[in-house]
Amino acid sequence: MSQPQREPSGVRKGESEKGDGVREHTLAVLVENKPGVLSRVSGLFTRRGFNIDSLAVGETENPNYSRMTIVVKADDKTIEQVSKQLNRLIEVIKVSNLTEDESVERELAMVKVSSDEEVRSEIMQITDIFRATVVDVGRESLVVEVTGDSDKIEAIVDMLRQFGIREMVRTGKISLARGPKTTKAD
Amino acid sequence: MSKSEEEKSEKKSQTQTETENEAQAEETQAEAEAGSEERHERRGARALVEGLKDEGVETMFGITGGAVMPVYDELYDDDDIEHIMMGHEQGAAHAAEAYHSVSGQPGVCLATSGPGATNLITGIADASIDSRSVVAITGQVPTDLIGNDAFQETDTRGITMPITKHNYLVESSDEVPDTVQEAFHISSTGRPGPVVIDLPKDVSKGNTQAQKRDVEVEGYNPTYKGHPEQIKKAAEAIQDAEKPVIFAGGGVIMAEASDEIRELAMENDIPVTTSLQGLGAFPEDHPLSLGMLGMHGTGYANRAITESDLLIAIGTRFDDRATGKIESFAPRAEVIHVDIDPAEISKNIHADIPIVGDAKEVTRNLNDYIEAEFSSPDTADWLEKIDDWKAKYPMEYEDDEDSLKPQYVIEEIDRMTPDDTVVTTGVGQHQMWAAQWYTYKEPRTWVSSGGLGAMGVGLPMAIGAKYGAPDQEVVCIDGDGSFLMTVQELSTAVREELDITVAILNNYYLGMVRQWQELFNDERYAESEMEKLPQFDKIAEAFGAHGERVESEDEVEDALEAAFEYDGPSVIDFIIDPMENVFPMVPAGSGNDEFIMGKGSPGSRIS
Repeated sequence: MSQPQREPSGVRKGESEKGDGVREHTLAVLVENKPGVLSRVSGLFTRRGFNIDSLAVGETENPNYSRMTIVVKADDKTIEQVSKQLNRLIEVIKVSNLTEDESVERELAMVKVSSDEEVRSEIMQITDIFRATVVDVGRESLVVEVTGDSDKIEAIVDMLRQFGIREMVRTGKISLARGPKTTKAD
Repeated sequence: MSKSEEEKSEKKSQTQTETENEAQAEETQAEAEAGSEERHERRGARALVEGLKDEGVETMFGITGGAVMPVYDELYDDDDIEHIMMGHEQGAAHAAEAYHSVSGQPGVCLATSGPGATNLITGIADASIDSRSVVAITGQVPTDLIGNDAFQETDTRGITMPITKHNYLVESSDEVPDTVQEAFHISSTGRPGPVVIDLPKDVSKGNTQAQKRDVEVEGYNPTYKGHPEQIKKAAEAIQDAEKPVIFAGGGVIMAEASDEIRELAMENDIPVTTSLQGLGAFPEDHPLSLGMLGMHGTGYANRAITESDLLIAIGTRFDDRATGKIESFAPRAEVIHVDIDPAEISKNIHADIPIVGDAKEVTRNLNDYIEAEFSSPDTADWLEKIDDWKAKYPMEYEDDEDSLKPQYVIEEIDRMTPDDTVVTTGVGQHQMWAAQWYTYKEPRTWVSSGGLGAMGVGLPMAIGAKYGAPDQEVVCIDGDGSFLMTVQELSTAVREELDITVAILNNYYLGMVRQWQELFNDERYAESEMEKLPQFDKIAEAFGAHGERVESEDEVEDALEAAFEYDGPSVIDFIIDPMENVFPMVPAGSGNDEFIMGKGSPGSRIS
């Protein structure tokens, strides 16, 4: 009998298979601004075993719609399934994959750092270098606000770690394609 | 126009003046306005019932309860909708599923909040995975109590999110007309599926003047028309194929595409295999039929799939029970995949020629292209090879004198019933035997739980099927374990005087589990033996149905005849050989080419 000739992905051996490397994808998902939609989307990820790295959501210029930016680590076959399954949801209007596009990406983080008089100015210097701002200061700690791409956030957090990070909060990535391209209802 | 007016108008002379005409027109308009006035201000529950009627609902299945009482109050003196009071909400959901399966019309079920809604879950999940159009309406606690853990409160919208095509929590009476219309639209178009409408009690009691508007769902636009270039590619692939196989799934039946599939197969001499839910899509007594494929498919279907160079898959989602180990599934075949749900394309098996669209429309276009621009493939050698496999791996069982064989019982049912008989089943060995040994020739004659594999669906599905196809014979081939799970629906069948026959293939085991334990667990029959089962014939009689117990072959025909002649529900308890197994079988994790033909007999891999 024949030796097995399909990959586990369902592609015949020897046929060109999509690159199956797992990498980070950024999806822009336009949804109806209704109660329960976030739950539907996040539930879908849980149920189908997809990995969400981050999810940010907010109203758009049209209050009938919200826009989600979802960061997913997946191979090409999985990301295709993610997009198709999202599109199956009735309240999902459009799904765009911004990974291949030139896009502007931002994330905001606030970091509460331990600081006494001795290290305060040093922290302020680091903050300045990263074009971040100190938004609260107390005798034992201060809060740094930083906006940028994920790498920049990682870098400043890494620098602040030596002083002791008491707590931290991040928004998750938001993203817009450069140029005229939009994720809009047709 | 009212009757009296008609009489009046008949008496009118030809020399009618214009003023009279005008007066009459005004009268008719006033009447129409009065009618809409009636519809203008009404309770939410009334608006719901109106909406159901607008959607053509004539039958619904349910169980009443506190939160849904306003709806039942509206149904109380309604002449257009027949409500069937079931024994358990699970039965209502399964009956609604079967109603859709045999009629093509959405099935409707109704339950109260909390436990009423949770009891529907199995049926809703079943409808979801087997793509059935079901609209489930559930009562809910009043909106101001939602979130308070109120009496009989469950988050029905949250619970049913993963198992519905869409669902609604209706937040005001004004939303009712649009919601009902939208729910039916979403449930019955594209890939059919279940939709839940959760209706709080204050919403069904509150007044509304709202009327439904044109249905418009921005994020939902199913594609029916296949891409012509893709269909041409498919036609060309068919023309060039040497070993083509058509693989028809449940989508063929949902889309009413059986005629088109027959044409595609018969005009081009291409053999056809079906999934479990595709049974009846192609007549199984036709020489081109390979029967079912997969775990309990025929040896020749699985050999043909494995050897094929072109797989024409229509309306199927490549379930793991059908494909076996992915690596060995049709390893050399180019795959054409026609499906109305884009998410099914290349989900499990990569599609070389994907075609998103309606099975009927796409197959019709495909047939037209082949006829106009392409030619049929030459499959003579291929069909000869398949005939060899049919001879080498016949469907057979050992008939011994001392015990009653389930396959024999099913063959007898097959012989004694017309072609359009609807067969429903539970889940387990009896279901697989029913799939293997009854000859399905027409679509919408097989109703079973495939994807979910939910025991207990047989009897409630037979009830739903009888309402969906009242002029057809309905036979439920059930198992002892499955029958016991929804036995209370016998009271429904007796009360409604439904002419259905339940044939229990009783081996005093949860047979499919027992079979796996025998073959793969060293015969350790953990919790699969059903000792001291009740006497099902007596149970039937206690419910008021006709009951019989059959223990040998020579009693089978008379017992079936009596059951078919009895005008009402009958239950025959066939005591079968407890050690009989379902063969052929592809062991879990193996490829479809590694089937076992029977105990100790060589499978394809070995031969």
